[in-house]
Amino acid sequence: MSERLANPPEVVGIRNVFRARWRALPFWHRVGISIGIELLIAIGLFLVDRSLGYAVATGAALAWLRRVPPLPWRLAGQLALISIFLVTGVPSLAAALAIAFAVFWAPPRYRTWVLPVVAVTLAVFYPFYASKMFVIPVFGVWPDVATGVYMLVFIMMAVGLNIVVGYAGLLDLGYVAFYAMGAYTAAWFSSLQFPTHLLHFGAVGIAPNLPGIHISLWLLLPLAGVVTALAGIIIGLPTLRLRGDYLAIVTLGFGEILPQIARNGDNFFGTGFNLTNGPNGITPLDSLGFGNSISHATAGFLPSNYLQCCSASYFGHQVQSTDVFFWTAIVLLLITVFCSLRLQYSRLGRAWIAIREDETAAAAMGVPLMRTKTWAYATGAFFGGVAGAYYASFKSATFPGDFYFNISVFILCMVILGGMGNIWGVIVGAAFLAYLNQEGLANTGQWLNSNIKVIGHLHLPGSDTPGLDVPLFASGIYGAIILIVMLFRPEGLIPSKRVAAEMHEGVHDEPLYDAQHAGSET
Amino acid sequence: MAADVSAPTLANRFQRPGVVGLIGMLVVLGGAALLLKNLTVSPSRFVEVTLIGLTTGCVYALVALGYTLVYGILELINFAHGDVFMLGGMFTITISTHLFNLHTGQGFAIVPIVVATLILAMLACGLLNATIEFIAYRPLRSAPRLAPLITAIGVSFIIEDVGLFFWGPNYVTAPDVFPHSKVFSFHGVDYGWNKLIVVAITIPVLLGLLYLVQQTRQGKAMRATAQDKEAAAIMGINVNRTISFTFMIAGALAGAAGLCYSLYVTTVRFDQGFQLGLIAFTAAVLGGIGNLPGAVLGAVLIGLIQSWNEGLPWHMPGSDWTQSIVFSILILILVFRPEGLLGERTPEGG
Repeated sequence: MSERLANPPEVVGIRNVFRARWRALPFWHRVGISIGIELLIAIGLFLVDRSLGYAVATGAALAWLRRVPPLPWRLAGQLALISIFLVTGVPSLAAALAIAFAVFWAPPRYRTWVLPVVAVTLAVFYPFYASKMFVIPVFGVWPDVATGVYMLVFIMMAVGLNIVVGYAGLLDLGYVAFYAMGAYTAAWFSSLQFPTHLLHFGAVGIAPNLPGIHISLWLLLPLAGVVTALAGIIIGLPTLRLRGDYLAIVTLGFGEILPQIARNGDNFFGTGFNLTNGPNGITPLDSLGFGNSISHATAGFLPSNYLQCCSASYFGHQVQSTDVFFWTAIVLLLITVFCSLRLQYSRLGRAWIAIREDETAAAAMGVPLMRTKTWAYATGAFFGGVAGAYYASFKSATFPGDFYFNISVFILCMVILGGMGNIWGVIVGAAFLAYLNQEGLANTGQWLNSNIKVIGHLHLPGSDTPGLDVPLFASGIYGAIILIVMLFRPEGLIPSKRVAAEMHEGVHDEPLYDAQHAGSET
Repeated sequence: MAADVSAPTLANRFQRPGVVGLIGMLVVLGGAALLLKNLTVSPSRFVEVTLIGLTTGCVYALVALGYTLVYGILELINFAHGDVFMLGGMFTITISTHLFNLHTGQGFAIVPIVVATLILAMLACGLLNATIEFIAYRPLRSAPRLAPLITAIGVSFIIEDVGLFFWGPNYVTAPDVFPHSKVFSFHGVDYGWNKLIVVAITIPVLLGLLYLVQQTRQGKAMRATAQDKEAAAIMGINVNRTISFTFMIAGALAGAAGLCYSLYVTTVRFDQGFQLGLIAFTAAVLGGIGNLPGAVLGAVLIGLIQSWNEGLPWHMPGSDWTQSIVFSILILILVFRPEGLLGERTPEGG
């Protein structure tokens, strides 16, 4: 466009000069120089932190292995790499590499399935080997199982938001409102919040005459989803007519209003009606659980009460309450992923993509805009609500402080980092960011403060101890991630091809007469 | 649905006020009745609160104009704007106290100091805002519309943390230098100099901006770029420079607002920018986004509504609900009258 008119593409920058000279070098010179630079970097890092040097060297070796063309050589290199780790005493890393290579060598027909199956299996057994894992360079120890639950819940929400943002292209800046709604729905019907009403239905682990509404959380999870989806429809019907950025602002508004209602809801305008128990939140919630009869029938395999769990012990590991929550979260996530995958190429999913790419054209082709968008909104809200309800039951509490705007942006950041519209990317992005938020940032901060002197000796205003309190800057770090991804790889780390094409070619407001733009990269 | 995408006809426009218009009228009338009741309950309080609201509204107006300018030219909601405003407040405090040694009890010596600080803060924020545009928004000119919007949120969070990094997580206090002595009394309510100074800084800045946009060559270039970038480029306008200039002006306004806010309220914290920015954005939408007088009108209205809500004695929701009220206004305006109070109806708005 106008930018292009001002700067013709032939401009030769200093970067291009270097690139041209580099390409002019003979092949083996380039290989030698690259390996030399990588070795220097690895040695430098090795001096800072042993394992970091290892990791970079391994990464470089893997990258080079990919380029070695003859198969036997490649296989030999991979075996050598695995055996190096076995010999140097990092068996878990050797196992990880072995699994990665197994996936790599699987026949193409099965390759798409091998990776998810391996990942799910590893996840299911995670509680058994979490404490035996090696220390990751910079990031420290592997996340504990409670963090795993947190990660799974946020992956679920990211997959839900991906339906709204990634599939349908509706920017939702108030997704946290659905999370909050799910959490409060679960809390209202499984706690002492309404002591004047007495209703028991299938809840486990409570006295028979306990006041309040107590409904089984197994029913409350879908109920929370349905309530939230209804709320999504009610919010969506008047607002989804709006154009993209107006819609974003409206959702942001809802995302700000709902936590305020939660915070001030202990005394509505002085009427004394206590809906949300204000800033103290609603706690405790009833426990998830299968009840005594099912538990006995399965010989204790399905626990009767999650919070007072468990007696069973497998592979020399005493099963904890957290572990059970972890496995249940995996099941919920699998259901979410299954629904999301099935929706993606369904009639509805294709309608979403059509709307994302060109609303006017989609309408002209007979896609009912409002209904399709509302479905996207409701589906996304449903998963947000279920995730919120589940996380509330895991924490056995819900507080208005958990539902600030930051969280909405945090979930959005997961979707953007992973790759809008690609569920695998979203899962990876969400897992990584949720881990960062819960443990990773604190660990990284510790590493930075102790290993890099400039940071370790910083004196920041308002803090008494020297050094950088990295978790305090979490939102800025997510902001930086969003900015970097949007500028350099707007389609995300693991993109869907279709979104990548949209991002690079542009789909909206493209002037027809811009001949230069056609086919050129941006 | 499909009809909403196309440009509305005249008939469409007259059909609109029906049930929706009626509900809107009822809401406005209800609010007015509540205000009247409050006026009769305690007139002096009402006047006092109204004067406070006008002052707050002036600060909001400066921020809201920045939103409106940027939206007018790029159709981008610059989320980072509120945080630039916050940095403006921080710059003001640091520059005036450390560089010019501003403190209480200096008498008229504060006038040159405040003017010099104002110029520096406006410059700094203007440059910052232009830099943000250069780094974060310019590379995304041809990307889908939502891409720069998402980037803007990221930038906003980054700037917030810049404030946190350099000024810490606590309130930063400015010396209370504006005199509180009264200018005039009305119904037993004193109007202090500190409020008048804020208005006295705001109004020349606003007039200067109006002059710039409506009378100068650069303003003409801005309006042309806002209307049609390609056509403007064909007419020989350097579109990128015009956009940079607009961002600079918007940033300078945010710097001026930061000065007014920090010296009038005397405390600033790193996370206040975003909230206040959203309120100012609501003001811009209320007045009609892209419309300069509209932004001022909306800002004064929002300032009044906020201050009435927080200050009036008879059955007002109170400061706990200010945000909810402001955002409800935002949502209602966007849903029922996206063109705002003074704005023109655009094809995209519906």
